[in-house]
Amino acid sequence: MTENLKIIEIEVLRYNPESDQEPHLEVYSVPFSDDMSVLQGVQYIKDNFDGSLTFRWSCRMAICGSCGMMINGIPKLSCETFLRDYYPDRIRVEAMAHFPIEKDLVVDLSGFIEKLESIQPYIIPKEPRSLDQGEYIQSPKQFNDYIQFTSCINCTLCYAACPQFGLNPDFIGPGAIALLHRYNMDSRDGAAAERMELVASEEGVFNCSAVGYCSEVCPKHVDPANAVNINKTNAAKDYFLRFLSPKGGAK
Amino acid sequence: MKSGLKRSNAPIFWSLFGAGGMLSALFGPALVFITGIAVPFGFLLPADAMSYPKMLAFAQNLIGKGFILAVIALFLWFAAHRIYHSLHEFGIHAGLAAKLICYGSAFVATVISVVVLLGLGF
Repeated sequence: MTENLKIIEIEVLRYNPESDQEPHLEVYSVPFSDDMSVLQGVQYIKDNFDGSLTFRWSCRMAICGSCGMMINGIPKLSCETFLRDYYPDRIRVEAMAHFPIEKDLVVDLSGFIEKLESIQPYIIPKEPRSLDQGEYIQSPKQFNDYIQFTSCINCTLCYAACPQFGLNPDFIGPGAIALLHRYNMDSRDGAAAERMELVASEEGVFNCSAVGYCSEVCPKHVDPANAVNINKTNAAKDYFLRFLSPKGGAK
Repeated sequence: MKSGLKRSNAPIFWSLFGAGGMLSALFGPALVFITGIAVPFGFLLPADAMSYPKMLAFAQNLIGKGFILAVIALFLWFAAHRIYHSLHEFGIHAGLAAKLICYGSAFVATVISVVVLLGLGF
């Protein structure tokens, strides 16, 4: 630390389920250098002011998806958001919106994990395949159809951004639908019809009102809004054409 | 896969909304220009472009009927859906009542349009 450190005020949403009725804000004055992220700011608070401050983090390089927070009301990864961009104003750091708070900046992600499981996020082959049939061959075009949607790091910033998830926590939501789309679009996968039941359900894509904020906050440019809206068209087709298709998606 | 999933009936309303949105984006401004500016002010179009006999003939033509119905009904379904969802977004969860008022008025207006258009004869 050098002597030319500036001081920034960080306002942190605190909540201890064992003693607090509701979350409240606490302000800390944190010395920082230009290369310090918001994550390092809250780490400074934990190390120097209050060891009980609780938050998730791991990689510090925007790849693990653990350190999502509301930073001045905008869902962001705190490791790739820099204190210098807010100085000299005070910066407000809160737990991700729309999720139940477990403690301080840590939210309960069990609902999201359930949704992730429900979309069957793995390749379900069209037909059984033996080892001596060799590997799957995929063309660059087939690869490009899904590669963008593989970049999701499950940071759930898109859920904190989605007003419809905020209104209806049962909505499968942008992140999980983007991943669902990733497997549907994979030429090795044959379970799109199976996943359609979820896409077309009341928890499915039609909760979305095409706000698009999910794609704006996505740190990996997955564009979940696009995945959701493509699946609206797919679900509408399935709704009207199910009686015509020989297999029949009708239930 | 989760069990007990209920298929959403949203595609019906969403398709009408989508069709209406597309149509209003394509034809809305042109219709405002023709019916609100060009014809009343005799600007670019002849003053009798929308005279009663011409409009009646238009409405008695099968394609004309289709156009008028699409423009009235789909615009309304589009508006109904937009208003219903905006209410929800603003935190007014009026539920079934709001749904009935929004989509109900679009439905009633559609039925009236069909009846009137058919009543005009061919």
